Amino acid sequence: MSADTHHAHDHGTMGQLMIGFALAAILTIIPFYLVMAEVEMARSTLVGIIMGLGAVQIIVHLVYFLHLKRSSEEGWNFFAAIFAVVILVIVLAGSLWVMHNMNENMMPMHEMEQHIEQMKSLQSQQG
Amino acid sequence: MASEHLQPAETFSPIFGRLTLDWIPIHEPILIGTFAGVALGGLLVFALMTYFRLWVPFWKNWVTTVDHKKIGIMYMVLAFVMMVRGFADALMMRGQQAMAAGGSEGWLPPHHYDQVFTAHGVIMIFFVAMAFVTGFMNYVMPLQIGARDVAFPFLNNFSFWMTVAGALLVNISLFVGEFARVGWLAFPPLSGANYSTGPGMDYYLWALQIAGVGTTLSGINMIATIVKMRAPGMKLMDMPIFTWTALITNVLIVAAFPVLTATLALLTLDRYMDFRFFTNDFGGNAMMYVNLIWIWGHPEVYILIIPCFGIISEIVSTFSRKPIFGYRTMVWATGCIMVLSFVVWLHHFFTMGSGADVNTFFGITTMIIAVPTGVKIFNWLFTMYKGRVRLEVPMLWTIGFLVTFTIGGMTGVMLAVPPVDFQLHNTLFLIAHFHNVIIGGVVFAVFAGVTYWWPKAFGFKLDEVWGKRAFWLWFVGFYVAFMPLYALGLMGVTRRMNMYPDAGWQPYFIVAAIGALLILAGILCNFMNFYVSIRDRKRLACGSDPWDARTLEWATQSPPAPYNFPEDVSVVGREAFWQMKKENYEFSTDYQPIHMPMGTASGVIISGLALIFGFAMVWYIWWLAIATFVAMLAVGIAHTFNYNRDYYIPADEVRQTEAKGALV
Repeated sequence: MSADTHHAHDHGTMGQLMIGFALAAILTIIPFYLVMAEVEMARSTLVGIIMGLGAVQIIVHLVYFLHLKRSSEEGWNFFAAIFAVVILVIVLAGSLWVMHNMNENMMPMHEMEQHIEQMKSLQSQQG
Repeated sequence: MASEHLQPAETFSPIFGRLTLDWIPIHEPILIGTFAGVALGGLLVFALMTYFRLWVPFWKNWVTTVDHKKIGIMYMVLAFVMMVRGFADALMMRGQQAMAAGGSEGWLPPHHYDQVFTAHGVIMIFFVAMAFVTGFMNYVMPLQIGARDVAFPFLNNFSFWMTVAGALLVNISLFVGEFARVGWLAFPPLSGANYSTGPGMDYYLWALQIAGVGTTLSGINMIATIVKMRAPGMKLMDMPIFTWTALITNVLIVAAFPVLTATLALLTLDRYMDFRFFTNDFGGNAMMYVNLIWIWGHPEVYILIIPCFGIISEIVSTFSRKPIFGYRTMVWATGCIMVLSFVVWLHHFFTMGSGADVNTFFGITTMIIAVPTGVKIFNWLFTMYKGRVRLEVPMLWTIGFLVTFTIGGMTGVMLAVPPVDFQLHNTLFLIAHFHNVIIGGVVFAVFAGVTYWWPKAFGFKLDEVWGKRAFWLWFVGFYVAFMPLYALGLMGVTRRMNMYPDAGWQPYFIVAAIGALLILAGILCNFMNFYVSIRDRKRLACGSDPWDARTLEWATQSPPAPYNFPEDVSVVGREAFWQMKKENYEFSTDYQPIHMPMGTASGVIISGLALIFGFAMVWYIWWLAIATFVAMLAVGIAHTFNYNRDYYIPADEVRQTEAKGALV
């Protein structure tokens, strides 16, 4: 509540903001180009590139627009960001891994349909 | 007794939504009796408060207060009241299962029984255990770091009243409509629109969402307080262990509770707007709900127990007259638990079918997380070793905690072995395990903490005789109530059974019911203890440092003045108060005016509106929901124009208050 906690915050220079803007624009244009120009590549590679550029985009926003630095707020901001990233990675990667295995093991819809077809054809042969 | 339960027909009117008189359960004698009791009790309180003209002081000193100490006490009161409700549910279940063997139906029909076990779980976790630990963090932490209040005092008041609004919504469901019949985590598709018709499940969703707002905001508030408002000179590694555990708990709250909010929001969309996130058909996947809710749910159990580790650390150190053994390992162990608690969630659903490699990973991480917890147990034992241990009531609870929690932890590691879990999943073994760590861990630590900090809050100790009676009844009662459940679980008895054919199980259930009655006697002794101690407060008056304590909260008067400390305390090293005592430090008598935050009614008004909003959403009363939502926003915005937020306590008043304290 005292006045000294209101020290001048670093809002970044015009130059920094412009660098951030340029990087963000480039990182947006590349995936759009890849999709709209229908560049020849495997679908999984395409999705991987788009996701990767998205991740870089997040970092650009954090550094150039939200001014995340190791020194801001005595390092608490940086520490909090690292913790958030760790938790996010755990939760997202973990969920994908867990749910992928669940779907493989517990929801074999395709196989089940095949089984049903086989059963039906067997029944009709016997009938 | 009617075995068939017919839900009232779904009708909809623009004014009352789907709420009709048929939803008032006038044909259920248990509920009518309860309602009569609550109404009579409420009338009595109302009459007494009016007679003694307490309404205005109550409003000014408590409802609108932003004082973290009063808010902390109110959290404790909320937790004790809700504990009575949750424990009544427990008694009903124990009674039902003691009776309903070999063809007997017992006294609770399935429709009612399912609501009872759902309400028991929801209330005990969200409104008892959470309220207890939040209450302790509110009361003790700012005092331990030498702060005047929390970082955002208004937010603190608002968080508390949002929690109350959630609790009230659960209790309203008792008399208007029904509660969910789905178990405390409400797994779909059972909790989805197709299988949970009626308002019960919607009460669940809105109660938890409203209370969750309070919990999340309170977490942010506490982190900001610990990071920004420590006394000058108090480094992170100088903070009392309880403050460390409060910091880590609140980091977990801020990281985990948004997952709960999002998951419940998705389920709400499923139920209200025909979305298909968790349905069986149209691409929904109910397993994703289970995955998400446990990503919140496992950190949640650490949110409950970590502050309790802090309480135990303070008490062990004080009553052994030694600094805590292995301060640094204690802090690092807590930090490890903070991160590890996010990589074990799948052990709650080994049986759902992720396969051997996934199960192995999560089984191993679960065994690893037991290591830092074990480190803590040894630290407490080594603190006691060669200390001059005083076996007063807080220390009794602490030793009860150490023994019981360790047993609960070991059965937990048993459940962490996937092949074992396949045998024990959803059996009463699991029920016994988590009650072993929540009663033996959280509840025992809470009673240890209540006995320890009561003199801080009120200036007199709790009565020792009633305290010991409560402890022994709880301690013995716990083992009598839950050891039979371990045995039943090993026999394969599943949880949440309304009745069972095998009369051979009945003796175990009867013993468990007797255990529950012992715990009931323990709870009565707790309340008797409060009554006797308040009555005999002159005899039990104890000054400001009754336990010869070591941490900063004991450096002020008991009860502390609204401003906590008469000056800005400077701290060097750990155990600030112990050092002050060694150096015969006294606060300066050159008093300055003290800058304080002002109370406000905005918090309670917004929360009251949130309660009505939740009720309207449950019953589809759309006009009321829109009106109250707009009103909430309006009051929130109006509050930002309130510039009358602080005041100064004049130096003279500080001098008088401090002089009064010195006489005691």
